[in-house]
Amino acid sequence: MIAARGLERRYGEKRVLRGLDFDVPEGGFLVMTGPNGSGKSTLLALCAGLLAPTKGTLEVVAERHEIGFLAHEPLVYRELTALENLELYGRLYRISERRERIGMLLERFGLWDDRHERVSTFSRGMAQRLAFCRALLHEPRLLLFDEPYSALDGQGTELVDEELRSLAASKTLVVSTHDPDRLGPLATARLALA
Amino acid sequence: MTAPAFPGLSYARDVAALARKDLLLELRSRDTLPAMLLFVVSTLVIFHFALPAGSSDVAAAGLLWVALVFTALLGLTRAFVAEREQRLLDGLVLAPCDRSAIWLAKALSIVAFLLLAEAVALPAFALFFDPVTAPMVAGIILADLGIAAVGTLLAAMAVASRARELLLPLLFLPLAIPIIVGGVGASVADDPGRYLGFLGLYDAVFAILSWATFEYVVTE
Repeated sequence: MIAARGLERRYGEKRVLRGLDFDVPEGGFLVMTGPNGSGKSTLLALCAGLLAPTKGTLEVVAERHEIGFLAHEPLVYRELTALENLELYGRLYRISERRERIGMLLERFGLWDDRHERVSTFSRGMAQRLAFCRALLHEPRLLLFDEPYSALDGQGTELVDEELRSLAASKTLVVSTHDPDRLGPLATARLALA
Repeated sequence: MTAPAFPGLSYARDVAALARKDLLLELRSRDTLPAMLLFVVSTLVIFHFALPAGSSDVAAAGLLWVALVFTALLGLTRAFVAEREQRLLDGLVLAPCDRSAIWLAKALSIVAFLLLAEAVALPAFALFFDPVTAPMVAGIILADLGIAAVGTLLAAMAVASRARELLLPLLFLPLAIPIIVGGVGASVADDPGRYLGFLGLYDAVFAILSWATFEYVVTE
């Protein structure tokens, strides 16, 4: 589903990724590790189509509506409620039975009772859960997760563990993490960026 | 995801959802419109005292247009603040909707803010200077469309830059010169029709250009 050959990305003079070759087959689970600034987020943004390679090729066999992107930021409006944010994305992704899907995700991620609260009142962990709801809303085939455990408490971490186990069975995932052992049993491939 | 039966209808729904979001954000945060209102009224008060008694109507109309263009610039500077602060454009760009819908929705919300600001500015102008005429109002409405069309595109370009506060006026003001020419002409000329036509042409050209190029502005 993803094939990179000699992939390079620069920001001005700074080269973030150099000569990267990797493949992620359909149904694969790539765990990506590396220190801060090694290019994990850049690689996910490249896979999502938000950035273009400076050199080399990156082929992603998925349409925009088939990609679920969990970024470092939750990509939700702080002055809108959780429900309003998901309604907006639900409309843009033209999801049939939008209300049911949103309700189900909010329940699953423990945000149903807070659905009418503005995101600005959320803790970072709640915003991260909402980001999961947003990324999974349209049932994407390819999931790109940047530090999915970021800001989550114990309960949230277990919830994401469970979610990733379930997703790994039917989706293609590329996940960046500082805790590769946690995802070890699910990974079909690893990529260490320096 | 369901396939749209009528693509045009889907596009209109995307625009409506995005415009509704922009208006809701302003209603909640109130960080653009109050500033625009305060700015335009303050500017007209300053012009009232700055313009010597007995000055011509043409000078007063010119000052009104200066106030309106700078008020619009203030609104445009804030147009993509929510998207910029949390990289929300990434979320919108990833959605499968036509990216020009983001531009059109934002432009519509800018037009709404401008009309509200002018609903306060024009009575203030009538109070301090001269009566407001029908050609002047028509010119202002046409100018709003042009300002929103070109200004939204430039605001999206500027938001990606570190010097965004500097870049937007540098890009926008030269392109606003034809709006000033057409607007002042429509406000004071004996034959405002050709100036209104000129503003309409400006709107059409820049709306098509902005609509067609917005995608390239928000993606690499």
